[in-house]
Amino acid sequence: MISFEAVCRMVEGIEPRELERWIHERWVLPESLPEGYVFHEIDVSRVRLIVELKRDLAIGEEAMPVLLNLLDQLYAMRRRLKAVADAIDALPRESQLALQALLNDDKETER
Amino acid sequence: MAQRNPYEVLGVGKEAGAEDIRRAYRRLAKQHHPDLNPGNKQAEARFKELNAANDILWDEKKRARYDRGEIDESGAEKPHYAYANYRDFAEGAPGAKYHAAEGMEPGDLDDLLAMFGRGGRGGFGGARGGANPRLPGEDYRYVLTVDFLDAVNGAKRRLSLAHGKSLDVTIPAGVRDGQILRLKGQGGEGIGGGPRGDALIEIHIAPHKLFRREGDDIHLDLPVTLAEASLGGKISVPTPAGDVTMTVPPHSNTGGILRLKGKGAPRPDGSRGDQYVALKVVLPEGGDKDLTEFLRQWAPKHPYDPRRDMGTA
Repeated sequence: MISFEAVCRMVEGIEPRELERWIHERWVLPESLPEGYVFHEIDVSRVRLIVELKRDLAIGEEAMPVLLNLLDQLYAMRRRLKAVADAIDALPRESQLALQALLNDDKETER
Repeated sequence: MAQRNPYEVLGVGKEAGAEDIRRAYRRLAKQHHPDLNPGNKQAEARFKELNAANDILWDEKKRARYDRGEIDESGAEKPHYAYANYRDFAEGAPGAKYHAAEGMEPGDLDDLLAMFGRGGRGGFGGARGGANPRLPGEDYRYVLTVDFLDAVNGAKRRLSLAHGKSLDVTIPAGVRDGQILRLKGQGGEGIGGGPRGDALIEIHIAPHKLFRREGDDIHLDLPVTLAEASLGGKISVPTPAGDVTMTVPPHSNTGGILRLKGKGAPRPDGSRGDQYVALKVVLPEGGDKDLTEFLRQWAPKHPYDPRRDMGTA
């Protein structure tokens, strides 16, 4: 359990007021308890990411939600593809080989 | 072997002070020192891990750099970019907390996966044909920290989700720490007409200042007066469901444990755990003249040695 104050200490270059706004915009989703916000590792990591996008890549407040949504889509896609890869992993060897052959076949036709 | 988070290695919280860290290190180092565990490879590995963790945490500058993600568990520089670190989370199960906006997420993937089943090159309905795949949507995972008493008595909570949504969660009475609640159909959209995924909510129970929970049982340390312990009597005891009256038998002592049957957390089958009350005899604050006077008379005539089993002289 990581408190709001701890996040402000852990992440370089974050202002408490700024973090409040990001939570309000739901760019970051800590738990909201009567005694205050509770952050988990992934939330802290996301705060760092936003700081970096803003400071190093000069992404403005207007563009940030668009970018975050695209990133969320990308990661959703990657999680799904990982699930597909795991499913393929569980298939019998001959099915995997057949799939591999088809994928290679596809590549050759493209050339 | 992947290195563990130094806070975990030393068993201290992120908020631990320098003194806590020093104490935790000393305690564990004594336990796992290779000279005290000759030939024990496990202890040796653990000792190395302890030293690496201590190396980072005792030095305030290093600790701050570790907290900011600039160095890793071994003290080596980490790649500067936060996205690499964020990706570790986002691609794992916790990442599903930050799912994409409704209607945007499976769309592209729908097309992509549909190509598998539709057979033709690029999915344009080729001659090979095949089943249109119906895949369930992604399960979204959340963590919900629940108040101790709410976990015992049950409660309703609202969870804020991405993109302005929220989810009402009914916390069943007696829920356990780490238990996962499944809300059917509250996950991502299905693919090709498949069912929606579920929301999986992992329950974390916050500690309570009086009660401790072990399984379905509640534990409580209860201060009693010298008279209550010696003479016995009825006293009022807090339980998660409110105060109850408990009888303390005469000649009770510190460490004596009394059971309040059925005053613990409820179980799914309708029964309940118990509450265990550990007595702690507390003398009057600042002493009491009459009591002191009485003991001066009483002690020499009634000697007893509560330390006789400790092997002290």
